[in-house]
Amino acid sequence: MTVGTDTRGAGKPDLAIELAGVSKSFGPVEANRDIHLAVRRGTIHGIVGENGAGKSTLMSILYGFYQADAGEIRVDGRPTPIPDSRAAIAAGIGMVHQHFMLVEPFSVLENVVLGAEDGRLLRPSLARARDALRRLERDYELEVDPDAIVGDLSVGAQQRVEILKALYREARILILDEPTGVLTPAEADHLFRVLAALRDEGKTIILITHKLREIMAITDAVSVMRRGEIVRTLPTAETSPAELAELMVGRRVLLRVDKAPARPGEVVIEARRLSLTDAGGARRLRDVSFEVRAGEILGIAGVAGNGQSELLEILAGIRPATSGAALLRGRPLDLSRATNGADRRARGIAHVPEDRHRRGLVMPFAAWENACLGYQDEARFAARFGLLDRDAIRAAARADIARFDIRPPSCDLKAANFSGGNQQKIVIAREMDREPDVLLVGQPTRGVDIGAIEFIHRQIVTLRDRGKAIILVSVELDEIQALSDRILVMFDGAVSGTRRAEETDERELGLLMAGIDPKAKGAA
Amino acid sequence: MDPETLLQLAGSSLRLATPLLLACLAGLWSERAGIFDIGLEGKMLAAAFTAGAFAAVTGSAWLGLLGGIGASLLLGLLHGFASITLRGNQIISGVAINFLASGLTALVGQNWFHQGGLTPQLSGAARFEPITLPFAAALSQVPVLGPVYAGLVSDHNILLYLALAAVPLTWWALHRTRFGLRLRAVGENPAAVDTAGISVTRLRYGAALIAGLLCGIAGAYLSTAMAAGFTREMTAGKGFIALAALVFAKWRPWPALGACLLFGLLEAIGIRYQTITLLGWTVPVQLMQALPYILTVVILAGFVGRAVPPRAGGRPYVKER
Repeated sequence: MTVGTDTRGAGKPDLAIELAGVSKSFGPVEANRDIHLAVRRGTIHGIVGENGAGKSTLMSILYGFYQADAGEIRVDGRPTPIPDSRAAIAAGIGMVHQHFMLVEPFSVLENVVLGAEDGRLLRPSLARARDALRRLERDYELEVDPDAIVGDLSVGAQQRVEILKALYREARILILDEPTGVLTPAEADHLFRVLAALRDEGKTIILITHKLREIMAITDAVSVMRRGEIVRTLPTAETSPAELAELMVGRRVLLRVDKAPARPGEVVIEARRLSLTDAGGARRLRDVSFEVRAGEILGIAGVAGNGQSELLEILAGIRPATSGAALLRGRPLDLSRATNGADRRARGIAHVPEDRHRRGLVMPFAAWENACLGYQDEARFAARFGLLDRDAIRAAARADIARFDIRPPSCDLKAANFSGGNQQKIVIAREMDREPDVLLVGQPTRGVDIGAIEFIHRQIVTLRDRGKAIILVSVELDEIQALSDRILVMFDGAVSGTRRAEETDERELGLLMAGIDPKAKGAA
Repeated sequence: MDPETLLQLAGSSLRLATPLLLACLAGLWSERAGIFDIGLEGKMLAAAFTAGAFAAVTGSAWLGLLGGIGASLLLGLLHGFASITLRGNQIISGVAINFLASGLTALVGQNWFHQGGLTPQLSGAARFEPITLPFAAALSQVPVLGPVYAGLVSDHNILLYLALAAVPLTWWALHRTRFGLRLRAVGENPAAVDTAGISVTRLRYGAALIAGLLCGIAGAYLSTAMAAGFTREMTAGKGFIALAALVFAKWRPWPALGACLLFGLLEAIGIRYQTITLLGWTVPVQLMQALPYILTVVILAGFVGRAVPPRAGGRPYVKER
């Protein structure tokens, strides 16, 4: 039942933001369609949706980066056109972008003042900002050194500078776009404390994320976006992650991966006492040994930076090892050089790198060109006179696109123009195409939306069931647990424990990730 | 080396460094805003010609200066239009401006004055003459200070003093004013400026115009103060040496002064000592004259330590989707 409706203005007084029928198209693509959204003042309002659901476009309209084609924006009940960022700032809207809008060589103070100076000379502005920062720091736990150079700060501190910028401009409504993607868990907790404090002061916060855990933990209400539309707005207390996930993808998501028990065959790949000392003398890997059998997924878990990446890169031939050996079907791999990627592929080891932008794809190349990279010398792509057979490559790319449901289904589109999930599908399709004996996969679903995660997981399990050996490195424990048959945990460059997936749980794995083996008898 | 020679050498360095300094500061303004400016040379050359021509026709060095600045501003706007509005490649635009200036000055000069591309010889009010500062005569009897004041500090033309004043002015404007803060920000991260509600385009045009102004003064200095008229290609690569000095100075005004004085000194030595004998070996005159250019190559090859250019340098600003 609605309370005494205010009939004088179009808006309701307790709403900080109201969007009525907002639409936005980019060419033929409808990024936002007839959006109706009401955000109550003094609340944290979450917006969830898969990549490409239109969340960022909607927020860019609110911040004046884009102009809506239709519809009305009301701020504090008043219709407020927002043609540019300046108008958004004037209306009391502040935004913390996913990629920070900071000038790295500038001090914190200069960044805060930029665009909000008091006059032609800087000195008075800087002095006023210094006082303001001291106040904000006291009120909201937003501590940063005003004279520090922003480029030297941690990511968490840089984000605090972004929030300070908005507050210095007296923002009453704060939009945060995927704020925790780059934060450590401790930094994320800190951020949530800050947001809660801001809400208690009466600020309105819009939190865009695709992490359901965050929505459940901190928001008061949540809107779910799908394909450019808001499908539902719910009070957070009355929903569950499962319901939200279902609304996001429009069908039930398998939170568990359906897989039959593994039927491991003979040992395919084996690591023996692999060690790595880096140029600075730090030991990155210490005597890492394991074996992986055909038809088995070995998950390598651990907090990021404990040697998993280095291990994967050594096996993939893009980084030399200091000592130790690796055997493929009993025959040693050359670990002495860093340029053995082609050799590995020739021997049936495929690699989905952790960083697909740097190592997996050439972003300005078309999808079809990316679909053959690393395999371009194979006979099936060769035309006469040492030229490439473009038709063959394009045919292979089209097959990948169909098989992996890559969208949009265009092999002429640049890799950069696909969403994260579809980029990853291009890489995985390419690497799985050759039916490799061994698949090395790093962070297969980093920055990938839920629908694509499910698909990628199923592909990995299918490959296992065809009798391939798979080594999976991921910092997402859920993913490791859902996919792996055996789990190897790394801590400080060494193996802190290996467990069968069905015989362990999060608690035990968590201890192992901290370097504590609960099963080891308190020796020494 | 006697004190008098030393003073003469210092004075000559200062005079030779002046056009470099003006061009270098022009490049500094442009590049701190994120626009590479290969066209310093062309702007200077066009300004030198226009200043020489206007001064010859009107008989006024000041009108010559205005003409030179006007020509340089036009080319600066052209560079701005290509690289800011049309988001073209800034290097190519700069190279085009250099060709344009080189060709046009020769063509127009020949058709206008029929002296093989030269402008008529300037004299009197058509040139910037040295100014004797007050007390030069009175102080001349004071030891050390007197000769230095009279010989080095005094007796230069107004444009040279202007160039020297431009150094602290540039520093102050960049670091102490709102405009400077925004301009430096636009060279590092234009998206941050845009989201702060400030126009990237206007700031960058502002920088292009300041660069045009300074190049204009530099060109006028060449044809109406240092020389008495325009000669073909009289900039002789000074725009590029200024760019090297800018890298050497790591895009900072005071070090830019130091770098330009160093280049000026090398040039002065090359002119004054046509033959130098080192350890019984006579250094060829060509080598001496090539010194500033050799140093340029050495500097640009990165022997001066890490020089971090403004991060957004050379990239047109496009709003991301």
